[in-house]
Amino acid sequence: MSHRKYEPWLYLTPTFVVLGLVFGYPIVRLLILSLLRRAGGTDSFAGLANYRALFRDDVFVQAVRNNLTLLVCVPIMVVVALVLAIFLFERIRGWQLYRTTLFLPYLLPITVVGLIFSYIFQLSGVLNDLLKLVGLGWLALDWLGSTRLALPTVMFVIVWKEVGFGVVLFLARLMSVEEELFDAAKIDGANWWRLQWHITVPQLATVIEFFAVVSVITMLSWVFNYVYVMTSGGPGKATMVTELYVYLMGFRYNQMNLAAAVSVLLLLVTGIFIFLELRLRERAGVMEAL
Amino acid sequence: MDGPKRLWHWAGAGIRQLTVAAATLLSLFPVYFMVVSAFKTKGEYLASKWDLPHSFFLHNFVTAFAGEKFFIRFANSTILTVGAVAVSLVIACLAAYAFARMDFPGKRTLFNLILSLMVVPPVVMVVPLFVSMVRWGLVNTYPGTILIYVGLLLPFSIYLMTNFFQTIPKEIVEAARMDGCSNQGVFWKIMMPLSAPALITLVVVNALWVWNELLIALVFMQKDELKTLMVGIAALRSRNYVDIPATMAGLLIATIPIVVLYLFGQKYFIRGLVSGAVK
Repeated sequence: MSHRKYEPWLYLTPTFVVLGLVFGYPIVRLLILSLLRRAGGTDSFAGLANYRALFRDDVFVQAVRNNLTLLVCVPIMVVVALVLAIFLFERIRGWQLYRTTLFLPYLLPITVVGLIFSYIFQLSGVLNDLLKLVGLGWLALDWLGSTRLALPTVMFVIVWKEVGFGVVLFLARLMSVEEELFDAAKIDGANWWRLQWHITVPQLATVIEFFAVVSVITMLSWVFNYVYVMTSGGPGKATMVTELYVYLMGFRYNQMNLAAAVSVLLLLVTGIFIFLELRLRERAGVMEAL
Repeated sequence: MDGPKRLWHWAGAGIRQLTVAAATLLSLFPVYFMVVSAFKTKGEYLASKWDLPHSFFLHNFVTAFAGEKFFIRFANSTILTVGAVAVSLVIACLAAYAFARMDFPGKRTLFNLILSLMVVPPVVMVVPLFVSMVRWGLVNTYPGTILIYVGLLLPFSIYLMTNFFQTIPKEIVEAARMDGCSNQGVFWKIMMPLSAPALITLVVVNALWVWNELLIALVFMQKDELKTLMVGIAALRSRNYVDIPATMAGLLIATIPIVVLYLFGQKYFIRGLVSGAVK
């Protein structure tokens, strides 16, 4: 490891420049923006007025509430991914082909998938046609057009798309578990449920935590594309989320300072989870799972 | 095995197959729906949306290519993807080499700091970036948008490459040094060629990310002739009148590069996506 003292910094300079321009400077600007008020072309210090204004805005409150509702997807995704990963791990016939297809949704652009689903879920869409065909016409509802159903429908699409990542992640870890562990338990006469509960789940614990935390971050701050493409936050504000609120405030209603305040809040909340995720990444040893 | 036990065994196998097959069908249905619709006439689509096409109406693809400046959008997406992936790759490898093979004060902290940027949602950065980019005159330019993408790709790329560089045996590097190789020589002649698998993983995963990205493209490439494919696609929904089969043909063309890339490099995709939660 012989090298001149300045050499590492030489290798790191391009990284510092780019990260400084894309993260460093903008984060400082973000904090300042969120504390300013713009009126008549000039900025003035507003203290926390932007933050207070946010919580008086019904649309913002609804957006936060919807993001919290999206968290319901997390346990569903964990359980579905766990069941599928265990079944694939048991080497059912064609498991490799199944793995390939189950992972495909995760790779497709949300924009494309969202558009396809919005046609599937139309009142005159293919889902309702199929429901009528099998005599379930009473179930043919306006999936994305009703205030009551729109958010659950969006949640279904999110689970549909994101669950494949969990399956692949869990399966990769399961394959690295020593076979003897399972064999020993089988010899001891453990039935299937006990085997999963006492061997599989504990072996997967760290990866499950990791997936859960990543999914929580997703639900709170990476769902813009789904909502933008499928519902634009509607009907009314039924599927409004904080990210869309930032976008609309910043780029449609020219309320940069309000948008900045929401961004700061989002940064703080995700910051907590980012910290958690880092800790888990180290413990989960995701790399070793390969 | 006695009777009841064997029964249980078969029942278990049946439940497994059924569950996984159902999940797979569900995963594929939207893709199936897109493909079959892309080959139907409008009349045929309205008459039956779910079954196979009978007319194989290829004119949809002509409509898709003609409308919405498809070629320009496709080219814009390609320029941004190639540019951002190439630049981030070079910068990340340099940084990763320093992290993996050199000692300097504050290394651990710096590495963790960069890692933590990996999950910062782009939406948080979009407002201040826009304000800064306007000031720098970089809105509605390729270099400006590529710069943002490079910044967003770097943390994961550095993480992946550092981990990989660390697995390259020290002995190989030592041997090269004995032969009088400089640090730069080691980097270019040893580390980079040996890292081919990791580099492919990185290219594949990052290319997918940029190709699929919507928010940054929406905000920073607003001029009509600069819009990306995903922005063009997203705009289709808000139309009152949409030719659904032609739209599906367009979606199909936009998806093909990804599916080809996936089938060609499945191993790399899985390795890359599992080794860090990239979005």
